[in-house]
Amino acid sequence: MLPNLHPRQPRRVGRKSAAAVALVASTALVLSACASDDGAADDGSSDGDQAITFIPKQLNNPYTDVVLGGGEDGADAAGFGASEVVGPLEASASSQVTFINAETQAGTDVLVIAANDPDAVCPALGEARDAGAKIVAFDSDTNPDCRDVFISQVVAKDVALIQVELIAEQIGGSGEIAILSATANATNQNEWIEFMEEELATNPDYADIELVAKVYGDDDDAKSFQEAQGLMQAYPDLKGIVSPTTVGIAATARYLSTSEYKGEVALTGLGLPNEMRPFVKDGTVEAFALWDPAQLGYVAAFAGKALADGEITGAEGDTFAAGDLGDREVGEGGVVIVGPPTTFDADNIDDYDF
Amino acid sequence: MSNLTATAEPTEQDSTWAARAFESLRHMRELPVLAALVVLIVVTYAVNPLFLSPQGVKDLMLNSTIVVILAVGQAMVIITRNVDLSIGSIVGLTAFLTGTLFSGNPDLPIAVVLVAGILLGGALGMFNGLLVTLAGVPALVITLGTLYIFRGLNNAWAGGTQYFADDRPQAFGNLSVQTVLGIPIITLIAVAVVLVAGLVMARTRPGRDLYAIGSDPDAAKLFGIPTTQRVLSAFVVNGMLAGLAGVLYASRFNSVGATTGTGIELDIVAAAVVGGVAIFGGSGSVVGAAFGAVLLTTITSALTAVRVDKFWQQAIVGVLILAAIIIDRLVAMRNERKLRAEAQR
Repeated sequence: MLPNLHPRQPRRVGRKSAAAVALVASTALVLSACASDDGAADDGSSDGDQAITFIPKQLNNPYTDVVLGGGEDGADAAGFGASEVVGPLEASASSQVTFINAETQAGTDVLVIAANDPDAVCPALGEARDAGAKIVAFDSDTNPDCRDVFISQVVAKDVALIQVELIAEQIGGSGEIAILSATANATNQNEWIEFMEEELATNPDYADIELVAKVYGDDDDAKSFQEAQGLMQAYPDLKGIVSPTTVGIAATARYLSTSEYKGEVALTGLGLPNEMRPFVKDGTVEAFALWDPAQLGYVAAFAGKALADGEITGAEGDTFAAGDLGDREVGEGGVVIVGPPTTFDADNIDDYDF
Repeated sequence: MSNLTATAEPTEQDSTWAARAFESLRHMRELPVLAALVVLIVVTYAVNPLFLSPQGVKDLMLNSTIVVILAVGQAMVIITRNVDLSIGSIVGLTAFLTGTLFSGNPDLPIAVVLVAGILLGGALGMFNGLLVTLAGVPALVITLGTLYIFRGLNNAWAGGTQYFADDRPQAFGNLSVQTVLGIPIITLIAVAVVLVAGLVMARTRPGRDLYAIGSDPDAAKLFGIPTTQRVLSAFVVNGMLAGLAGVLYASRFNSVGATTGTGIELDIVAAAVVGGVAIFGGSGSVVGAAFGAVLLTTITSALTAVRVDKFWQQAIVGVLILAAIIIDRLVAMRNERKLRAEAQR
């Protein structure tokens, strides 16, 4: 990925700024060296061996780590010769493009990507496909034209419904609720939110529940914290918060548990059991949901293998073997479903370790 | 307080004490930001009384704490006509250090962790300071470099590991929950930092030297001020404060990891500038920077409390920065005119 991170240096450089430019350049080197730290090392696609590359939304994110752990297991089990993980350190719309380009140049066979922005990555993915790579989207979809299949944790609608169900149960079926999401343009978040809004509007069971606000914590602890505070002040009658993002729900839980709102305002959403355990135990959170993230990466790796081997094309009705998890079928729009979501509460949370 | 400003004070003796007091108040650079803060709080309270509920006030203080500490350190550096952009990365490293120390030894006394964080921050600050003073390259470039270097170290060290509040002792997290006389403990720490730094900058020789260096580095050197040593110490103190902020971050927030503190450096520089610290050095005060920090964090909370779209917040911060710079320019021009007029007399 080095070539793309280096801006072309101007031919003529003023005497004094020469040192500055040199420093900036070496900084960029350090930066890119660090950025590639997590992958690259085991990149040794020898002849005949297929290589698979995972590009998550963001490196060093605990949820992503679990997904990628499953992905690497899956890549081994599916028989890839090499697997690597590259990606940006921040989840911004355009940050993945550089990595896609670099992987295209390196000639990877399968690109598995969780898109930060469904359209921003498209041109780069198009070039990758022209170069012969198969594109598997996972976790957060790209524009369907830009990938072969999309591995979805669960049916998007199921994820939305279970969260609405949980919050309705926890606030006793009526009152004001708010949503604390990640970034305002995250594909998966917005899809779930849309389904939640639809369900709240159409299901008579939820007629007394009013969604009063949607706020965005940008998957940043401090920002999510302040957004949660703002919700409490702006909506004094708020009964519950739904946070469909692991960072958001944990930050909100931390805020609630250290404030006077603990136990007063219900909180649910999608969280990691290990991160949420103390808040479930201290009563801040009653129950929340998630799927097993490792399975997502695992199935994505097998889908990539089936595509690379030409066993499937990503058309509706194609089936492929996903190792220990059995067969999976490609559904409408090239979407593959991994499994149903799980609800975690005080009774079962200790059974999970991720 | 009036002594905090380094702009030229009127030389004429005004007849009455009241007039003098009014004159010095008028010259107080902290005044506009303080006034803006009061107006903001009053207006927000009028629209949404919950803004000043006990929990609301506590949240406002907690939100400002870490930013205030960082702004004080940054102001000291900016006053010497330098800047430190690497503080976000220093916060990240020290916050992760805190998480690591506690997860390995849950019984470690909090004081030990505080000292460790401050020492690490001080060492990183010294690295910045040495590069700036020895290489003679603008601090903007040096600290832009160390921003990435320190963040890179953080990424290499942390990887995907995160430590959660649960991994740290309850007593440590309680620093950001428990209050003394209604003020959270970590906020008291920030107040102490502002008071001590304010006194040093206003009343001591090394503090005044920083202003002299920022006003005219060459003249300061000719005058016999140990400029290298003074600038270096400003960077070290700033690093130590960033280290302190990192430890407190770990006390307040749930998770610390590779990305902790990313991107806060510009918020901090903005806080200092809004608080009346001139970006070209030589004037402003750490107290003003602290007010600027409180103002910027309070704006975010206020806009959410009155349900203004979050996307407007950044634009408003931008307007404040421009306003601060324009006020600064106007004051400087007026003083210049006055000095010229006096010289001609």
